[in-house]
Amino acid sequence: MALSRSITLRRIIRKTCWMLELIRGLGRSGFGFFETLGRFNLFLLKILVGIPAVLVRPRLLIAQLFSVGVLSLPIIVVSGVFVGMVLALQGYNTLVDFGAEESLGVVVALSIVRELGPVVTGLLFAGRAGSALTAEIGLMKATEQLAGMEMMAVDPIHRVIAPRFLAGFISMPLLAAMFSAVGIYGGYFVGVGLLGVDEGAYWSQMQSKVDLYNDVFNGVIKSVVFGFVATWIAVFEGYDTVPTSEGVGRSTTRSVVYAAFAVLGLDFVLTALMFGD
Amino acid sequence: MQSSAEMITPVGSETLVKIRNLHYARGDRVIFDGVDLDIPRGKLTAIMGPSGTGKTTLLSLIGGQLAPDRGSIEVDGQQVQELGRTALYRLRRRMGMLFQSGALLTDLTVFDNVAFPLREHTDLPESMVRDLVLMKLQAVGLRGARDLQPSELSGGMARRVALARAIALDPMMIMYDEPFTGQDPISMGALVQLIRLLNDALGLTSIVVSHDVQETAAIADYIYVISGGKVIGQGTPDTLAKTDSARVQQFMQGLPDGPVPFHYPAPDYTEDLLDA
Repeated sequence: MALSRSITLRRIIRKTCWMLELIRGLGRSGFGFFETLGRFNLFLLKILVGIPAVLVRPRLLIAQLFSVGVLSLPIIVVSGVFVGMVLALQGYNTLVDFGAEESLGVVVALSIVRELGPVVTGLLFAGRAGSALTAEIGLMKATEQLAGMEMMAVDPIHRVIAPRFLAGFISMPLLAAMFSAVGIYGGYFVGVGLLGVDEGAYWSQMQSKVDLYNDVFNGVIKSVVFGFVATWIAVFEGYDTVPTSEGVGRSTTRSVVYAAFAVLGLDFVLTALMFGD
Repeated sequence: MQSSAEMITPVGSETLVKIRNLHYARGDRVIFDGVDLDIPRGKLTAIMGPSGTGKTTLLSLIGGQLAPDRGSIEVDGQQVQELGRTALYRLRRRMGMLFQSGALLTDLTVFDNVAFPLREHTDLPESMVRDLVLMKLQAVGLRGARDLQPSELSGGMARRVALARAIALDPMMIMYDEPFTGQDPISMGALVQLIRLLNDALGLTSIVVSHDVQETAAIADYIYVISGGKVIGQGTPDTLAKTDSARVQQFMQGLPDGPVPFHYPAPDYTEDLLDA
């Protein structure tokens, strides 16, 4: 009898306390978020401090440029060609209604250089190079390689993280430039080669309408920013991972998702700043 | 039973690591609750205790990877928790650590793994690095495995390579984290001998964290037994084997239940079952 009363009382207390638990949970999540944000920023500071050490040992950087940049080339080039070809097809179908198919080169070039080049490269970069960086660093943490380095008096941020961060930062604008170049050639192949747009018009209109500063340079700025942020997120997620196989898997997923959000969100902000008025 | 303050090392040799009143907790869980211990220079000291008592954490505290909540850890006259990054790294160059997994860098060969600390911390010409690496690999019997990748090594071989790497810079001290776990009898025998041999031949100070009683007692000069956040026993292997402390005897003889409880702390069993 007494036991039954005790259990009933406990259940009542639990039900009335669920609200308190909810508030407590929200508070904990809030604190957790700001704590992670703080570590994220401090981590960047530590990386930046480690950059000079990378510059005096270019061998470390070159290995990472190969892994992050060169090995990402196939997916970037193939995607660039197809995006350019699709743009040409879509653009031609619209432009031909207005008798403006000669402007196809401008449409393709502006779309790619201003927008699709940096953004699609940023998303592909996060998916291919960013996920690889996160998984590699996360596994190094899970297998105590980073702790081992620390105990050998080698700072893993200088030796492992900074070269990868710098490689991502350098590679991304170059990959975006490559994407834009092959995209424009993809558009040329479909527009001029298959749909019969005049070759001279395709190139000359592009030459006269695409502005070096407003279009090309702003596109480069976007790709630099996306490269910086996507690589920062990738290396942080790897370094901050819970050192288990599940933890590394989660971090890799988070790395791609957060980088994709960051690229798309920053694209809007940068576009508003560059072309807003 | 003696209090831990009364039990400070009777070995009498010069102390390399001095830990006093160490307190450390992870969240609500107390790992160390006032631990005092001394590691004598030139000796092989074992830290033993059941799994989950914080033996590995103790090594991380000595190496400065973690900071104690209270108390002091002194290594070679330096308070580890008070050292800045540069001074801490300078101290770590004189420490070696053998991780349970070996912690070899998976993108480097065996040779490059052993050469890693030499290349990072010295400007030695490559020919000298090569000679030193081969000498260290010879010491652990793996000179012939220099071109293998870590993925091609067995667990025992990986630990021996890690041991060669740990002695690459001729440290004053090596910390071994569970060196015998998961080893076959041959690898185990090789590691047991190597640890003792290297300690004596190189004049090292060794700290072996382990719960393998037989193997560790066979090579240790002095043993500390830790449980429940405190040092529950200490002495030479012989004196510990004869101790009348029930807790130490339970551990040394591998009894499943006793003063060190079989059950992790939990609420009352009946209430827990009824609490649906």
